[in-house]
Amino acid sequence: MAHAFGLLFSGDPETWGIIGRSLIFSGLATFFSLIPGIPLGIFMAWKGSKPRRALATFIHAISALPTVVIGLFIYSLISRSGPLGGAGFLYAPAGVVIGQFFLATPLVASVTYAGVSRLDTRFKETLVTLGASPWLEFCATMREAKTTMLTSAVLSFGRVIGEVGVSTMLGGNIRGFTRTMTTAIALDAAKGEFEQALSLGLVLLIISVVINTAANRLADHA
Amino acid sequence: MKSRISIIFMIAAGLVLGTVPSAWSQNQRIKLATTTSTEQSGLLAWMLPVFEKQSGYKVDVIAVGTGASLKIAENGDCDIVLVHARSLEDAFMAAGYGSERRDVMYNDFIVLGPENDPAGIRNAGSAIEAFSRIAGKKAVFVSRGDNSGTHVKEKEVWQAAKIIPAGSWYKEAGQGMAQVILMAGQMGSYTLADRATWLAVKKQSPDLAILFEKDPVLLNPYGIITVSPEKWPSVNVAGAKALMDFFTGPTGKGLIESYKIGGEQCFFLSI
Repeated sequence: MAHAFGLLFSGDPETWGIIGRSLIFSGLATFFSLIPGIPLGIFMAWKGSKPRRALATFIHAISALPTVVIGLFIYSLISRSGPLGGAGFLYAPAGVVIGQFFLATPLVASVTYAGVSRLDTRFKETLVTLGASPWLEFCATMREAKTTMLTSAVLSFGRVIGEVGVSTMLGGNIRGFTRTMTTAIALDAAKGEFEQALSLGLVLLIISVVINTAANRLADHA
Repeated sequence: MKSRISIIFMIAAGLVLGTVPSAWSQNQRIKLATTTSTEQSGLLAWMLPVFEKQSGYKVDVIAVGTGASLKIAENGDCDIVLVHARSLEDAFMAAGYGSERRDVMYNDFIVLGPENDPAGIRNAGSAIEAFSRIAGKKAVFVSRGDNSGTHVKEKEVWQAAKIIPAGSWYKEAGQGMAQVILMAGQMGSYTLADRATWLAVKKQSPDLAILFEKDPVLLNPYGIITVSPEKWPSVNVAGAKALMDFFTGPTGKGLIESYKIGGEQCFFLSI
């Protein structure tokens, strides 16, 4: 354990590279996932019509899919032998970010959906009565459900930074390129280097605590 | 608050876009799919920095099993493979996926087991006999179970011994070499391992020992194959060729011969 801390604070550039890569890949994936995820969630929550409820069920179902399944789908798309193979995304950072994006988006949509559904129905009715355009309605809902959006971002960041299936399958765990905290932990544990693995595990724990604390603070102020 | 978050994301995006352009373009990078043994033994970490410095290429190592490496190559997702299962390599070449194959080096497989050797394989006359004794005693045996080169060799030995390994004593782990050695150590069971990975992880598995070795059947030759640009025009032909020349040229050979773990040479040059 002492050795684990030592590794961390000795400023080993490889370890810090791994940590930085994890944060950047997962940060980007989360950021991009908010763009379609939030509108999708709001759209699902607005009216309780049948197709929308079906969509919501579908989104809930995917947000519970194991990461390796998502990884497999994306793999078949971005492999050279797949339809999007020409871009060379597989075994590159782009592959990891794309995979994590598809992991995060349904989760963002689900959480947004749940949050917006809880808003007072009179809120929406008032907007409609006042003759708000759908766009204005959308913006007003976003403002009203700020905390929800934040929660969805934190939750999906938490999911993608802690996942190992997509990162391994699409990134290939390439040293200095696509190796992230979780794939490094898996590799270290596989090699029996538990101290190294443990030190990265500690970092993940710290990140998780920091992010959740910050999110709680922000939610209190929002 | 909103602006603060967007600034953080802009910085993150800027970092990625700013620092990674070289990483996103493919031609200075070579994707090498290889077995877990070359990576976990530390050989690649010993050799590749020299190549990268010399050539200016960056080598991305995807360490999976031999079967998976060749599959990745078939799908056009790597430029070159370094593997060890001649039968699979020949099939790969015959199917036209490889443009050139060269012998690189060899090491050997060893049968590991608990010190007290419950199946009594220490004095077996051959690998086939050792395997037969393990099966006869139903002593626990951990198999890679992942179609890796080691797994392919293991299956060849079972086949030669006319045994179909099955039952509760035969555990298929589906994991890399180092992991399987650790598992075998924890479970007090037998396994087939390559010598280099064993040397690399032996201190984490104090309960295991080499119980059988030095049968010519257990030789483990490694081959390097460049992926055919006729199948996949996207492959880095020049990079793959440079890496192949490095591994089979004087600098690479010198590095292979001089790589030692705990004073023991791990890989030997192909004759």
